[in-house]
Amino acid sequence: MKKILLSSIILIIGIVFIARLSYLQIFSFSADQVLEDPAIKAIYDYPERGYIYDRNGKLLVGNDPAYDVMVIPREVKPLDTLQFCELIGLEKEDFVKKLKRARIYSPRLPSVLVPQLSKEDYAKLQEKMRHFEGFYIQKRSLRYYDTKSAANVLGYISEVNERDLEQNPYYVQGELKGRTGVEKTYEDILRGKKGVQYIQKDRFNRDIGPYKEGELDTPPEQGKEISITIDKDLQEYGELLMHGKRGGIVALEPATGEILSMISGPTYDPSLLVGRKRSRNYTKLYNDSIANPTWDRALLAEPSPGSPFKILNALVALQEGVIIPETKITCYHGFYVGNTKRGCHCGGGIRDLNSGIYKSCNAYFAGTFRKIFDKFETADEAMDVWEKHMRSFGLGGYLGSDLHTGRPGRIPSKEYYDKWYGDNRWSSSYIISNSIGQGEVAVTPIQLANMTAAIANRGHYFTPHIIKKIDGEDITIPEFTDLKQTTIDRKYFEPIIKGMADVYHKGTARWVQIPDIEIAGKTGTVENYTIIDGVKTQLTDHSLFVAFAPVNNPKIAIAVYIENGYYGSRYAGHIASLMIEKYLKGEITRKDLEKRMLEKTLEHEYAKPYSGEEFKINEYVW
Amino acid sequence: MFGKNIAKRIDWLSISIYLALVTIGWVNIYSTTFTETDASIFNFATLAGKQLFFIGVSLATIIVIIGLEANFYERFSSLMYVIALLLLLGLFVFGKTISGATSWYNLGFFNLQPSEFAKVATALALAKYLSDIQTDIKRRKDQFYALGIILLPALLIIPQPDPGSALVFFALIFVIFREGLPLYYLAIGLLAISVFITTLMFGTIWIVIFIGLFLVIFFLTKKKTFKVPVFPLIGVIVVTILFSLSVNFVFNKVFEQRHRDRFGLWLRLEKDPTKLEQIRKSVGYNTYQSEKAIESGGFFGKGFLEGTRTKGDFVPEQHTDFIFTTVGEEWGFMGTATVILLFTCLFLRLVYLAERQKNPFSRMYGYGVISILLIHYFINIGMVIGILPTIGIPLPFFSYGGSGLLFFTILLFIFLKLDSNRLKEGI
Repeated sequence: MKKILLSSIILIIGIVFIARLSYLQIFSFSADQVLEDPAIKAIYDYPERGYIYDRNGKLLVGNDPAYDVMVIPREVKPLDTLQFCELIGLEKEDFVKKLKRARIYSPRLPSVLVPQLSKEDYAKLQEKMRHFEGFYIQKRSLRYYDTKSAANVLGYISEVNERDLEQNPYYVQGELKGRTGVEKTYEDILRGKKGVQYIQKDRFNRDIGPYKEGELDTPPEQGKEISITIDKDLQEYGELLMHGKRGGIVALEPATGEILSMISGPTYDPSLLVGRKRSRNYTKLYNDSIANPTWDRALLAEPSPGSPFKILNALVALQEGVIIPETKITCYHGFYVGNTKRGCHCGGGIRDLNSGIYKSCNAYFAGTFRKIFDKFETADEAMDVWEKHMRSFGLGGYLGSDLHTGRPGRIPSKEYYDKWYGDNRWSSSYIISNSIGQGEVAVTPIQLANMTAAIANRGHYFTPHIIKKIDGEDITIPEFTDLKQTTIDRKYFEPIIKGMADVYHKGTARWVQIPDIEIAGKTGTVENYTIIDGVKTQLTDHSLFVAFAPVNNPKIAIAVYIENGYYGSRYAGHIASLMIEKYLKGEITRKDLEKRMLEKTLEHEYAKPYSGEEFKINEYVW
Repeated sequence: MFGKNIAKRIDWLSISIYLALVTIGWVNIYSTTFTETDASIFNFATLAGKQLFFIGVSLATIIVIIGLEANFYERFSSLMYVIALLLLLGLFVFGKTISGATSWYNLGFFNLQPSEFAKVATALALAKYLSDIQTDIKRRKDQFYALGIILLPALLIIPQPDPGSALVFFALIFVIFREGLPLYYLAIGLLAISVFITTLMFGTIWIVIFIGLFLVIFFLTKKKTFKVPVFPLIGVIVVTILFSLSVNFVFNKVFEQRHRDRFGLWLRLEKDPTKLEQIRKSVGYNTYQSEKAIESGGFFGKGFLEGTRTKGDFVPEQHTDFIFTTVGEEWGFMGTATVILLFTCLFLRLVYLAERQKNPFSRMYGYGVISILLIHYFINIGMVIGILPTIGIPLPFFSYGGSGLLFFTILLFIFLKLDSNRLKEGI
């Protein structure tokens, strides 16, 4: 025992050491540790970020070179201060102060002396620069916007933060990254790939030469240009129309699902979020919690859909065979739920499907909704069928588009009502509001537009998307090019579309016809509430409108949502018709209507809840 | 005296391994301290040049050691021990301070570190005492004397302060174990260390749980006829738990923050990544950098003079205590495994040599040599590869430093001389 004790210890130590060394050198070892090695400096070569064009090849976003005058304080030699200051456009005192600050930051590392020189100043300076040791000019690339609109679509870029660095090892401190919009979704494509060059350093931090003769170095890969589906002119026009109004507009091309324009009001000039002033401007926009310009209403607002939702209920009823277009329902200026009467503005009388749609009769659709539920033995069964049909239109869930944000909206399920009322303790009467698009259903404007496109296509849609071309090539992304079928048969769409066309001929939108263009549409007037000082208070109705045109060969499907715009055709209907005309004709024939829409604002409505006084809603003020 | 006989009888295997280690060590010192402006090997202004000079001095010393009569060392061991103690005492008056520790005499051309000499002298004196016919290690009194011989120089070294060198002397306890000190001393020591570590890593509660489990298994498997020593058992358990509780107290109240940090780093106690980052930049810097440098070497290493971290001088003290990182970075796992194998072979060979001595003094001195070299090797490499806390002691035959190399050589070759003489003494 005593003789082998020491030998055993020697062997055990040897085994432990070998085990630990193999863990370190064989298992933990990875060949790409080069970046962590403090003795190797990586010099990056940044490619230019890709340009963004609209669907017609018009430039939306480009790059602007900016020139920073840099200084390495340790290397500054005595110089003709006056001449230099004159060249770079600084007062002498300023120059001395800035130089001092740079020296305090680090005598060895470069600091920015004058940021973002103009091209003219740069040209003047460039040839004289070599006389001034310790100073040099660094070229940077800033985003340049060739439009004042589409901020919500394009998004912005900013410097990476600690979290980005942890999450994605590609980035290094000081790099830019897309934060929202297209800049975020297509970051990898727009950004390209930075080139890298490894330099071996000694312990005094001096460069000795390329590491391993540069065999690990990589050249930069250019960022690719992309085209998005937005129509620049339509987008800009829509934003003008949204002047002074809050809400969202989404226009789609039904045949492809391409987003022609996506407008959120109020919005802001994308150039505000560029360069040095970005942070300050962003804070200002972000802190405006009342108008909320950074909140994309086209994607995130979830109002009740109101009357446009009636169309879907009619389609479900046709598909389930509980009505035919000729089915008649009498409207007594409203309808009864138990003993309570719910109102209707259609004027009363006997309604069939066509007049039910173009007069937007509440009683007709409440009756239709009941018929759907009466077909089934239990409300649960009926609810499942109804929910399945609604979801097939892309409602009640994320659309799966390539936009950086979104909301699912809500299509209630039987579980939802079981939770509210208890299992088997509810029936169609309890949830009758859904028949007219009030109640529990909620949709985002882009979902509304998509639903309209599905109707325009007579039963199918393509997932809305924003990308059109990458590097000049049309996209072939199956999620966007594959057709999505709804659960409603094609034949049931014609009577519905006839009703929607009659909305323009003799219905709720007969005042907003466009000469020579056949439109199908549906108005929506959505009751809504807010809470003021703890009291639930009704506000002026939201104005909603969905439409597509031309009826027989739809080129555009549009949903317009104007917060507190009162009845459907008042704002949303007009704006939708102007947008359609602009897109289809390229110009507006109804100049007086256009003028009115461009000038009118709803600021007085939005001020009401904050006034602290009693206020009236749904006032007719022109 | 010189000639055929000694050349036949001396253990050439040990000498070969010694020469191999010294050579590999020097190559790595050369690489670590290499600068392109000064690549000459024989420039005594460079550290590599100086080390080469000391290798020469060491080789000359070997000849002297082998040339002396074998019984010289046994006869003068007490005297050398006294001289060593005097030299250590003298440091309090004449000592030269280098990086915080007053451990050196300035001899003009060279700084002498008497604690290195004391290691040799103590190993000799302990062997001498234990091999005395009067000594019986089973006796308490003799155990105390033997321990006293070890502890006296250690106590003189601690206040320099040089706790690393002082720790080395404790390794000589192995010699006493070999000569009959009951092994339960070792068992108690190991138990105390494991309780200490377990307490810090998992807390006292786990020790209680562990003891509980142990007792359950113990009683389930015991034979009916076996009489349980109830009171001693309870005593051991109570003492263990009290010791565990006192560990917490000592660690939190008596230790200073830097000690806590070192242990925290060693036992991976700190889980919070931001604090871990701080520790890496402060107390853990050396270990972190050396581990990273070794890791970056991979299986084949980066090649001679190609170590980027070595060249960038990111590992502090790399030519002395952290010389092994250069092996790791430039020669990879091939290099480090070779060095570990060489050391292991040397130690096993020395154990074999010690066990074949007929003269108890030679055997005990042999064990002393192994103990001292082994603890240097264990603590140094353990620290460099991050399995032991940072304790600054050199790697024998490797680390830069004349005093160290010289006395490790003397330590080893006195034993090889004694071994070469083993047959004569029987007569």
